[in-house]
Amino acid sequence: MAKQYVSTTINGESAEFLCETQQTLLDVLRDVVGLTGSKEGCASGDCGACSVIVDGRLVCSCLMLGVEAEGKSITTIEGIAQGEKLHPVQQKFLEHAALQCGFCTPGLIVATKALLDENPNPTETEARYWLAGNLCRCTGYDKVIRAVMDAAAVMRGETV
Amino acid sequence: MNYIDSGLKVVGTRPIRPDGVEKVTGRAVFAADTRSAGMVWGKVLRSPHAHARILSIDTSKAAALPGVRAIVTGADFPNIASEEAFVGEGPMNFRDLSLNVIARDKVLYEGHALAAVAATTQAIADEALSLIDVKYEVLPHVIDVEEAMAEGAPILHDDMFTSGVSPKPTKPSNIAKVVTFKKGDAEAGFKEADVIVEGRYTTKPVHQAYIEPHACLVTYNPDGQTTIHSSSQGHFMVRAYTAKLLGLEMSDIRAIPAEIGGGFGGKTLVYLEPLAVALSRKAGKSVKMQMTREEVFRGSGPTSGATVEVKIGAKKDGTIVAAKQVLKYQAGAFAGSPIGPGCMCGFAMYDLPNIDVVGYDVVSNRPKVAAYRAPGAPITSFAVESLLDDLALKLGIDPLTLREKNAAKNGTKTHYGPTHQNIGFTAVLDAVKSHPHWKTPLKPGQGRGLAAGFWFNIGGESSASVHVNEDGSVTAATGSPDIGGSRASIGMMVAEALGVSAERVRTTVADTASIGFTHVTGGSRVTFATGMAATQAAEKVVEDLKRRAAQTWEIPVEAVEWKDGKAYPAGSNAGAFEPLDLATLALKAARTGGPIQAEVSVNAQGAGAGFGAHICDVSVDKETGQVTIERYTAIQDVGKAIHPSYVEGQIQGGAAQGIGWALNEEYIYNDKGQLENPGFLDYRCPVASDVPMIEAVLVEVPNPRHPFGARGVGEVPIVPPMAAVANAIRSATGLRMPDLPMSPPKVRAALDAAG
Repeated sequence: MAKQYVSTTINGESAEFLCETQQTLLDVLRDVVGLTGSKEGCASGDCGACSVIVDGRLVCSCLMLGVEAEGKSITTIEGIAQGEKLHPVQQKFLEHAALQCGFCTPGLIVATKALLDENPNPTETEARYWLAGNLCRCTGYDKVIRAVMDAAAVMRGETV
Repeated sequence: MNYIDSGLKVVGTRPIRPDGVEKVTGRAVFAADTRSAGMVWGKVLRSPHAHARILSIDTSKAAALPGVRAIVTGADFPNIASEEAFVGEGPMNFRDLSLNVIARDKVLYEGHALAAVAATTQAIADEALSLIDVKYEVLPHVIDVEEAMAEGAPILHDDMFTSGVSPKPTKPSNIAKVVTFKKGDAEAGFKEADVIVEGRYTTKPVHQAYIEPHACLVTYNPDGQTTIHSSSQGHFMVRAYTAKLLGLEMSDIRAIPAEIGGGFGGKTLVYLEPLAVALSRKAGKSVKMQMTREEVFRGSGPTSGATVEVKIGAKKDGTIVAAKQVLKYQAGAFAGSPIGPGCMCGFAMYDLPNIDVVGYDVVSNRPKVAAYRAPGAPITSFAVESLLDDLALKLGIDPLTLREKNAAKNGTKTHYGPTHQNIGFTAVLDAVKSHPHWKTPLKPGQGRGLAAGFWFNIGGESSASVHVNEDGSVTAATGSPDIGGSRASIGMMVAEALGVSAERVRTTVADTASIGFTHVTGGSRVTFATGMAATQAAEKVVEDLKRRAAQTWEIPVEAVEWKDGKAYPAGSNAGAFEPLDLATLALKAARTGGPIQAEVSVNAQGAGAGFGAHICDVSVDKETGQVTIERYTAIQDVGKAIHPSYVEGQIQGGAAQGIGWALNEEYIYNDKGQLENPGFLDYRCPVASDVPMIEAVLVEVPNPRHPFGARGVGEVPIVPPMAAVANAIRSATGLRMPDLPMSPPKVRAALDAAG
């Protein structure tokens, strides 16, 4: 079957690609577009390592087809920092040592950004339930949650 | 040099890790993130049967499919003689590993690899797998450890005769070996006991469940020189195993460490790399392979399920006079469960006069077990620490007091040989006693559990180099894959020894052609052993820098001292010279002997055993059987925390894994011996909403064998949680839960049975 032409926006820039109809957005991002920051941990929507934001909504890119990106705006981990400037969530993950192996980290950071875009002042419980779709096997989540709460405070302008 | 009591400026602080920005921006390159021009995709055909003889494999249809570039089966691999290997973590036999990577006559578990295909696309490779025609003779299978030991059980290996028993058996058995440890006279000890408690405990196999599936990119060149880019806990291990399994020269293999997305012991052996090399050799192309999550569960190493019986006898005052343990560990399809550490660790924390331990290493039709964080110790300690809780209850003694009374101290001789030295168990128990969590009254309806844990920690062979660059900045390289922040800790030790800031030192992980041999990242050894090598390399650089300063000033080297990253004349007799800093010395390096660098290789000894104790509060939903962890504190002797945040992270992560093992994680098999839950939806790892904050308390009893006093920290924290949770459930409900996982249906059933 012929490949499909898809016109979309990735990390704020217009992007075009050809993909097979059965290819997931994750496969397209990694294998066609060359953005390998989104990870495949399960390919079944259970681990969240492939988290991206599509038109403002957090999704597992392994559960969405590449062709469904047509006309959408997609933010991946590669689009979270503004040029040289890290996003507060990225900065706080570093400061709190909220990563060990770093494999789940891109997904966690994207998911956290989506959380704080929607709810700038989450409780710890809200943060834990929002991130329940992002498995981390290294950290036990303690430092992750601390980084999330601290980043939220920074983004609200309460601390630096 | 020993820095333990010197004023430390870098060690003990919390700088941002050098590889951090790459990892929060998605730029870090993990194994599956690499590509090669013209590469093809490799996929593995796996057995659908738990136990079957392979009658034939017909690959002709698959080979005829357009786009297929190579197919390999067991026939493409040399038969390897039985030979013990000490390449990874724990014992391994080269023959067994070869048979595990690709089956020959029999498949021994569902998921056992028996062929591999390389094709131009993943879809074609998948289709090719479906076209391979395998004829099987399905054989009876056995999963459970005690069923595998029973008379008449299906035998996996006709040539397996139990070792460690006398006389030598004449019939093959699934019991690979029996190990025994004795100290004193246990039977006599039990006769002196006022109270005897006994328990029987079972655990299910659980998976390491690193989030990154195994992956590699391999290029075999026509002259035999091969490049392997893969995710592992040791690229020297990858090189050694791949060379052995394919009959290649080690010098022809360059193994390049990708970033590794978790391992926990499960990446201390190879699965894909030898298959990829064989495919690349046949296809004449680079081959990329990556496991699916389902393949990770079905085909790679979980740890043992087990049955453990324990009997403990004590005096009325709590003094334990005798202890006995029988352990039966699943090894999976090939011998080599962590039964040895299982036999050693349960009682290692206590000073007991009479001990009798018997362990069985048992094969069954499950994936071959791989190391999992303190291999063997969590299982044995779940049993012993649960029973100690029962003993405390029976004696009417506080569970902390019982442990204090019997705690191992410096000079305690273990039942497996060594005498404990420089251990911090007493300090850990003191920290429990004084911790607010221990002293805070329980909330209504909640229960509190305490359990301790021990792990040996290892040292071993490591190499590190330190280069002072032309501008005076510093590059350190080691052979240890960084699995959780070791670039940071290594760089900090180098910085401290050189007297510069952490940020002046950048640390890399060098490939097998670029640094001396380094054993795997396992056994909690990297900060200890590789850190020792790196520190010594930095010290050699300092000696060299002093010599260069002496040469510049034309004074004896003894008259130069190194302080805060600069050479100073040592006292007024040495002469009056402006100090020379790293940048100045580096700039003039050509005139003082050329590049400034040193590489050191060590076989580090004296790793320093680790002890921990965890306090856990739970509530139990009586309707659903759901256990909620309300509060959790993990206290551990870490020797010296080089980067405290990453030490805490190890402890918190280990505790969370242990909580998963305690409450939810298990391999579930159907009656055909097939795994029913090979995915993260049904294999339930803890998620963020399952756990509270986990307070890590660092006790620092320095290890005198390490320049900064460090001891391994990564494995101890997974040892106490199962018993800590079980003891908390007992405290909350009065019910002893002897079978893991303590999942809602099981807890609910126990509550119902108790009325």
